[in-house]
Amino acid sequence: MTIDSWQARIKAGAARCARLGIRGSGSKAFCAPPLSHDVIDTRDHRGIVTYEPEELVIVVRCGTPLAEVESAMAGEGQMLAFEPPHFGPGATIGGAVAAGLSGPRRPYTGALRDFVLGAKLIDGKGDLLAFGGRVMKNVAGFDVSRLLAGSFGTLGIITEVAFKCLPRPQQEQTRVLELDADAAIAMMNRCYAQAMPITASTWVGGMLHLRFGGADPAVRAAVGRVGGEVLANASEWWADWREQRHPFFSPEVNGLPLQRVACRASAPFADLAQGHAHQAIEWGGALRWLRAPLVTQVMIAQWARHAGGHAHVVRGAPSRAEAFTAIPAPLVAIAQRLKQSFDPYAVFPSL
Amino acid sequence: MAPSTFLDALVRLLPVAAVKTTVEEMRPFECDGLSMYRALPMCVALPESEAQVAAVLALCHAHRVPVVPRGAGTGLSGGALPDARALLLSTARLTRIHGIDRDACTARVDPGVRNLAISAAAAVHDLYYAPDPSSQIACTIGGNVAENSGGVHCLKYGLTVHNVRKLRVALMTGEIVEIGTESLDGTTPGGYDLLALMVGSEGLLGIVTEVTVKLTPRPALAQVAMASFPSTEAAGAAVGAILAAGIIPAGLEMMDRIATAAVEDFVHAGYDLDAEAILLCESDGTTEEVADEMKRIAEILRRGGATDIRVSRNEEERLRYWSGRKNAFPATGRISPDYYCMDGTIPRRELPRVLGEIQRLSRHYGLRCANVFHAGDGNLHPLIMFDANVAGETERAEAFGAEILELCVEVGGTITGEHGVGIEKIDQMCVQFSPRELTRMHEIKRAFDPAELLNPGKAVPTLHRCAEFGRMRVGLGRPLPFPDLERY
Repeated sequence: MTIDSWQARIKAGAARCARLGIRGSGSKAFCAPPLSHDVIDTRDHRGIVTYEPEELVIVVRCGTPLAEVESAMAGEGQMLAFEPPHFGPGATIGGAVAAGLSGPRRPYTGALRDFVLGAKLIDGKGDLLAFGGRVMKNVAGFDVSRLLAGSFGTLGIITEVAFKCLPRPQQEQTRVLELDADAAIAMMNRCYAQAMPITASTWVGGMLHLRFGGADPAVRAAVGRVGGEVLANASEWWADWREQRHPFFSPEVNGLPLQRVACRASAPFADLAQGHAHQAIEWGGALRWLRAPLVTQVMIAQWARHAGGHAHVVRGAPSRAEAFTAIPAPLVAIAQRLKQSFDPYAVFPSL
Repeated sequence: MAPSTFLDALVRLLPVAAVKTTVEEMRPFECDGLSMYRALPMCVALPESEAQVAAVLALCHAHRVPVVPRGAGTGLSGGALPDARALLLSTARLTRIHGIDRDACTARVDPGVRNLAISAAAAVHDLYYAPDPSSQIACTIGGNVAENSGGVHCLKYGLTVHNVRKLRVALMTGEIVEIGTESLDGTTPGGYDLLALMVGSEGLLGIVTEVTVKLTPRPALAQVAMASFPSTEAAGAAVGAILAAGIIPAGLEMMDRIATAAVEDFVHAGYDLDAEAILLCESDGTTEEVADEMKRIAEILRRGGATDIRVSRNEEERLRYWSGRKNAFPATGRISPDYYCMDGTIPRRELPRVLGEIQRLSRHYGLRCANVFHAGDGNLHPLIMFDANVAGETERAEAFGAEILELCVEVGGTITGEHGVGIEKIDQMCVQFSPRELTRMHEIKRAFDPAELLNPGKAVPTLHRCAEFGRMRVGLGRPLPFPDLERY
């Protein structure tokens, strides 16, 4: 039994103050805390435990490839509606939850953590715990399973996760419009506020890409309203965007670090990266990507705070410090006590 | 510490009218929506600003006085039940709407703003706040955050946790922290998702002093289909068929025959009294979306064996069809002196088994029970009817309810879908969670509130309490929930 052996390894590790890392395929290592050489490979525990399309619930073991889960769900006309980025062919479901990342559909259907119904984990004491469940509505006890989303393996091994599934839209179509940044933000805001069946929005290279999805007549009506050109190969385009394979993300473009800025969706465009070519906007305006030198980071972080969010360097950071945002002392204390509770012997890495 | 020293300090912090200490003044606060539990607090504080909330908490912290938070007091699980040793802190007087960002579709409001008042303020922009607990006319957003409230539209639009972006929270020490952001990230890089812990924490972790909520664009059109079924099994299967067909209705509700009869007599919504189950299925969106979806829904209902299907032709008719469901609780109150509302969630396929078992228990306890069901998300509200003036009936109703909750856990569900644990379901927490999981929850509480002064004794039972409860349950021939604990 994988679970038993992992529990034994953690208990042994805790007893001799050893360090253990948790790793799936390693596809998101670039944004995770560095691991010790002693690593638990979550891919030893894989497979779909149950999938009940009629209940809108899928329960998956941590080491299951994301691609396998997505393909099983596609077979039933359903999807993980947070459209998680893979960042590698072997990406696992456990890694997706630990990283807590959501893709282009996020503003319109929700974030990864919004779809987590329950989780099991082995904590730093080697205890197997279960929180949440397999039902849509559950307010018994603290919502620990959602806390695990984005915890990057610092609280324990997420061994199993239950997700809420959603149906795939019957029909999707992407329209491309040439617009400046301010007009693009206004258009993105409007598409959402006017209840259009929008499922993704990205402005890059001076072009606004709007993806609409739903019942055929609804999509037809929406694209009729916004106009623009039909994007051919739209699903490849969105997959490339989500996976950061689009040329905007290419390190060769200008050799500058990639900074991620989360802000209020209505925040006006700010030329933070000096040049429209070095900024992209998605998530209905709530996410701005910048290719900008490190020296601008303080200024950018300040702008982000003012715009109700935060900024950090995602790729090309010289150290972990740039990958973080300053957190106020009382919240740091809370986080430390949480960490202490889940992992009292510091077997796992820290955030 | 003599209480008078504490009270002297308290009255210096707050306006005269914001402190209540006499029995007459405190009487209105003695219970929340779960009125079978009542107690008077040591005193009541009604701060009018975040600074006053923080000052009261800091004072209580310094004097080690426990604090029981309260919003509008509409909660159904006794989460705001006072404690004679504790100050009752009401956020009902913090009622400012700070602003609505119609482009970002968010509203920033005080915790004492009523759920429906947010939608009213956003209506000029054709926006609304989606979670709609049945108490929405009275309940406050602060209380919604504490309970992670749902409503009849949450299958499509989510619970409170899906509709809150950011909180300002006063910790027990009086420190103010911001949790979440105005962006779409719940967490800041390098931090944990504390917003997920705060929502639904039943006042155990901090007091919410400001909430930034997501607003939803008002759909152009909403229509509801009302279908009659000859059995609850057939109605349940039709629900599954709708979801499996790729439709997420805006609302999907079921009522059994007892509930239908009670509400029809009350609101005259035109319900089919011969049906064993009534299903209400709402579609919303653009005119094109609704037309397309309604056609598919009606076809699925017909194939699923519906004996009668009526689709609302106008807004008035839609509201009339809904009026019955929305008045199920008061309608039950009309046909029985008292009723006790349960709140378990089950995997939907277990519905026939659970309803069958509820019928058996109903005969066993000699108490009638109507069932209303948020069918789309499996959240069941059995309404147990009893008369508190008849000796022993209250106890029987409670025992009946407890058995229903434990049944929900047994079939893979949960003891509470949207009403919270509070004081009411605290013993059933021992059935749903292991001692280690409960211990972890106590540690999470201490991570926010090391002195354990916020809403003590609610939501998460002590292992001691579980041990006593476990011994109590032995007589019913159930497995001992905590065989490895000492018994006394």
